[in-house]
Amino acid sequence: MSATISTSTGKTSVFRQPTNKQIKGWLQTLAYHLSVAGLGFMMLYPLFWMIASSLKPQAEIWTTVSSLIPSSIHFENYLNGWKGFGGNSFTVFYKNSFIFAGVGTLFTVVSSTIVAYAFGRVKFFGKEILFSLMLMTMMLPNQVLIIPQYIIFHKLGWINTFLPLLVPRLGGGAFFIFMIVQFIRGIPRDLDEAAMIDGAGRSRIFFSVILPQLTPALVTSAIFSFYWTWDDFMDPLIYLNKPQLYTVSLALRSFADESGGSDWGAIFAMLTLSLIPVFLIFVFFQRYLVEGISTTGLKG
Amino acid sequence: MSKIAIDAASRGNTATSTMSKKRRSKNSATDNLTGFLFVSPWLICFLVFTAIPMVISLWLAFTDYDLLGSWSFVGLDNFKRMFFVDKRYMSSIVATLKYVVIAVPLRLAFALAVAMLLNNYRRGITLYRAAYYAPSVVGGSIAVAVMWRQIFGTQGAINALLAIVGIQGPSWFGNPATAIWTLIIMAAWQFGSPMLIFLAGLRQIPKELYEAAAIDGANGWHSFWRVTFPLLTPIIFFNLIMQTIHGLRAFTQAFIITEGRPLDSTLFYALYLYQRAFVTFHMGYASAMAWVLLLVIGLVTAINFKLSSLWVHYETSEV
Repeated sequence: MSATISTSTGKTSVFRQPTNKQIKGWLQTLAYHLSVAGLGFMMLYPLFWMIASSLKPQAEIWTTVSSLIPSSIHFENYLNGWKGFGGNSFTVFYKNSFIFAGVGTLFTVVSSTIVAYAFGRVKFFGKEILFSLMLMTMMLPNQVLIIPQYIIFHKLGWINTFLPLLVPRLGGGAFFIFMIVQFIRGIPRDLDEAAMIDGAGRSRIFFSVILPQLTPALVTSAIFSFYWTWDDFMDPLIYLNKPQLYTVSLALRSFADESGGSDWGAIFAMLTLSLIPVFLIFVFFQRYLVEGISTTGLKG
Repeated sequence: MSKIAIDAASRGNTATSTMSKKRRSKNSATDNLTGFLFVSPWLICFLVFTAIPMVISLWLAFTDYDLLGSWSFVGLDNFKRMFFVDKRYMSSIVATLKYVVIAVPLRLAFALAVAMLLNNYRRGITLYRAAYYAPSVVGGSIAVAVMWRQIFGTQGAINALLAIVGIQGPSWFGNPATAIWTLIIMAAWQFGSPMLIFLAGLRQIPKELYEAAAIDGANGWHSFWRVTFPLLTPIIFFNLIMQTIHGLRAFTQAFIITEGRPLDSTLFYALYLYQRAFVTFHMGYASAMAWVLLLVIGLVTAINFKLSSLWVHYETSEV
């Protein structure tokens, strides 16, 4: 510890002996970084462990368990895992997940934007009541809805299709509508009014005045929507019962259960891989995520 | 867009207020129409996928509907069975309460402690924030749940680490006393979202208050209880409500990691409801359970709000 300090003093103040106060400050900074980084490492250990296990040789996974450094790197775990199970490779599962999360997000964001415009700008009969109804649905536990929804979709013959997962999203999401409404309320009305005087109708104003200014709100909505849909487990679990329709989440569960611990390297490889889309979102859109959570208080 | 705006703005002054008033009143009929047109995607989906299902759900709660055969109206039987007969139902309540009462305060305490640790502008703070938030980013995924099952396995990394310091790790999932702790630890581990909310709140607290407290001779402990805590109570309250509701509805972790075992010690309410509805198809009974959950969430929220006046400090009320 003292060695680090003396070298850093050597660099910063060559001519003056550091005062006691300065040394105390450096020691405090050092202690701070050591403890925060140490605690952070403990937090990340389970994730590092999963990644390390995905690269370890088969024999090593359950023998040098706590070690984070594989004796040799085995990328073939990923190739073996990708083969999947029951004749379906992970190509199928990723395709399904991207359809679900991609189309679902598209529906959610487009509809939420249209609906939010009406709530944010247009005066119409019953608007306040509808808006509070919409806010109330955010607090409604999903458990009250899944059973009757299942019965309805069952009667429609939609089980084992993506329709029950996607069609309800055509109504947008209450949370996203609320967020975009808040954003629209922040846009000055001058432009709307100017366009209106110029003879532009409501839809013209929506497309040419409001929409171009909504980009940040739409990006945030799309990120959260994709992220939540990618992680969604309950809906696919209930509606998709054929392995060729499985999303990545469903496939991982079956893969871990049914391959019965035969090839743990491959299982850990697929677990790690499935986190990459979410991880990329986190890396590239961290600002949006952090702002979204700290300003609206939604769960991440 | 900009063309319209500029054109309109340049001529804007000539438009009299009477004219725009006239225009607006003329527009209200079309506004009603446009409003409903724009709201219709949500309104239709709300009616079809929320309002009607809620009515069906309430009605199912008083039947023995099971998707397959015939069904009949059974009055309050489902509720009677729940509270007086069904032992598994009671286990699910015990497991859920234990989880919420331990995991939620633990998670919030971690979130607040780490937020205070990160509430400065030292170099690398963004990196630390990302590291502490990362488990929460991936935490909802099935991958992490499957990994958690392995890390706490008898051969898993936790027991291997314990062995290094000479502790014989328990069989975490074999014992009803320890199984629920794997889920509680997981919940505490994912404190990222409340941490970010606390961090945003801490940055709002004026530095002068701490300086004033320091002049008055307050140490760190005092200034936490006299300055930080009172000013954060609205945020703590908000987090408490959100996390409690979240905890009462916990499903995925228990479904993947413990499947409710052993001896129903981790049979969370939402997991038992799922098993009733979609494994044994007792949809009437499960609907009754869902309505009890809805009422409990409503009640918990109401009680929290009632109690909040005792400890939540809103700055506006003092000004």
